[in-house]
Amino acid sequence: MEQGQAMATEAPIIRVDNLGKRFNGLVAVDSISFEVRTGECFGLLGPNGAGKTSAIRMLYGFSPPSSGSLRVFGLDVATDWRQIRSRIGVCQQDNTLDPDLSVFQNLLVFASYFGMPTRLAGERAEELLRFFALEKKRDAKVGELSGGLTRRLTLARALINDPELIILDEPTTGLDPQSRHLLWERLHTLRSQGKTFILTTHYMEEAAQLCDRLVIMDHGKILVEGSPTGLIETHVGRSIIEIGGADQDGLRNFLHERDVDFDEMAERLVIYSNGDTAIEQAIHEGFCSRQCTFRTATLEDVFLRLTGRELRE
Amino acid sequence: MIGFNNISWRFVSVWRRNLIVYRKIWKVNFLVPLLEPAFYILAFGLGFQGLVEGLTYGGQPLTYTRFMAPALIGISIMYNAFFETTYNSFVRMYYQKTFDGMMTTPLSLEEIILAEIVWSATKATAAALIMTLVLGLFGFILFPQGLLIVPLAFLGGLAFGAVGMFFTGIIPSIDMFNLPIFLFITPMFLFSGTFFPVTQLPAWAQSVALIFPLYHLVELTRYCCLGLVETNPLISIGFLLGFALCFLVLGLWAMRRRLIK
Repeated sequence: MEQGQAMATEAPIIRVDNLGKRFNGLVAVDSISFEVRTGECFGLLGPNGAGKTSAIRMLYGFSPPSSGSLRVFGLDVATDWRQIRSRIGVCQQDNTLDPDLSVFQNLLVFASYFGMPTRLAGERAEELLRFFALEKKRDAKVGELSGGLTRRLTLARALINDPELIILDEPTTGLDPQSRHLLWERLHTLRSQGKTFILTTHYMEEAAQLCDRLVIMDHGKILVEGSPTGLIETHVGRSIIEIGGADQDGLRNFLHERDVDFDEMAERLVIYSNGDTAIEQAIHEGFCSRQCTFRTATLEDVFLRLTGRELRE
Repeated sequence: MIGFNNISWRFVSVWRRNLIVYRKIWKVNFLVPLLEPAFYILAFGLGFQGLVEGLTYGGQPLTYTRFMAPALIGISIMYNAFFETTYNSFVRMYYQKTFDGMMTTPLSLEEIILAEIVWSATKATAAALIMTLVLGLFGFILFPQGLLIVPLAFLGGLAFGAVGMFFTGIIPSIDMFNLPIFLFITPMFLFSGTFFPVTQLPAWAQSVALIFPLYHLVELTRYCCLGLVETNPLISIGFLLGFALCFLVLGLWAMRRRLIK
């Protein structure tokens, strides 16, 4: 945190201004603006189809923006994409590892795309194999790796050029908890080395764990921006009570009277009690005959409150 | 829009990637051009010798196998290059997403596609060289001029690699490659002066054969192997160069349209 604030005075590493993307008339990204500062971890959150990946792809010059401007390291992505790409590492959502090559060759050959000298590439590849505990798989075929190993190798490959900025598009989707935690740990280590991250995810726990600041996107727009704790405080308060079961009219009236915020689900009420112990006590005594959960508010509550609870796909 | 200013020597790194993969199974890769000419020569030499008395090509009487042997090299160049940039490139592009990964590095799409086409020409050249040596052992090739096959195979490989890449850029699914193969490759395989001189065809079909790149390629392989031609070799070289350039541009355009969204 201190580090992030000390560096806040520097020019931002990414500056996005009114960035837009349309595909055949469909608006995927609708005029978004944000900045990422050196050394921070910035999150792009949103449900499927919110425009996260479209935004990320424009960042590394994979897809040209329809409108707005985009600067990385102070350079224009449209003209200086080659220079930008030589200084970033991208971990794509799809598995784009080279199945015709072994684990070690994947790193070496990828290094050659950056024009890295063979010796340096070899040293760097060894180092990354160790860092991601992949040494034993050195000569394995990529197709034989499990999901967790595949992700680790993808991230290792994205780091081959020792990038200043690392772009992670859903880095832990589909991983088991062990693999996910190992990856988070490595990302924390890299953070402490001063790397800057921008990541998309729809795991709120991941965002809360890793991100200093984040935006929540939906329908191509940015809904809110802030730190995980800041967003929780502003949008859902500190604590939440969930009450299930029938006969909630009394409770509803009570909440209206006391002016307490709540959302109605099919079978439950989600009450944003915001750490008000008097209210919590009253609800506990008066309305908690059956299913009643008192818990701290999370980023997931913010997310669901802002993007709605209906299914997207 | 194709960015020609996006092309630099960096494309060699993609070419080298394909070479690394090729070398992994080089024995298999070498086996086909090693044995294929032997099979054809045995089949046609032994099987056809009694049926076909011989023929006249470029004003010279030739035995049938002597006539056909150089065409085998031309056909092999076509198949090697065309299949590389159709099926193999499509698999790398669509199923393996290899190009997507490459495009997070300082490589441009143009460099990746150019490398694929140049690679297909390289693979075709390797196959043509092996075939030339094998056919040389049978005595079907005049040396040292037969070694001109090497630069020729590269040019022919570029032409067929580029047109293959164009199809890869526009084809909706991998099964649809049957269509260009059936409508474009197979007629060429049969009617390009490969198994019989085009002078055997009616006049209109002869002029159609003149726009087949394989016709010109086979003319040139025959020129290298036997020193005989029907068409001026400069015209054939010019045609292949023009064809290669034209489809290089179209291939880059089609792939850019397909992949840059």
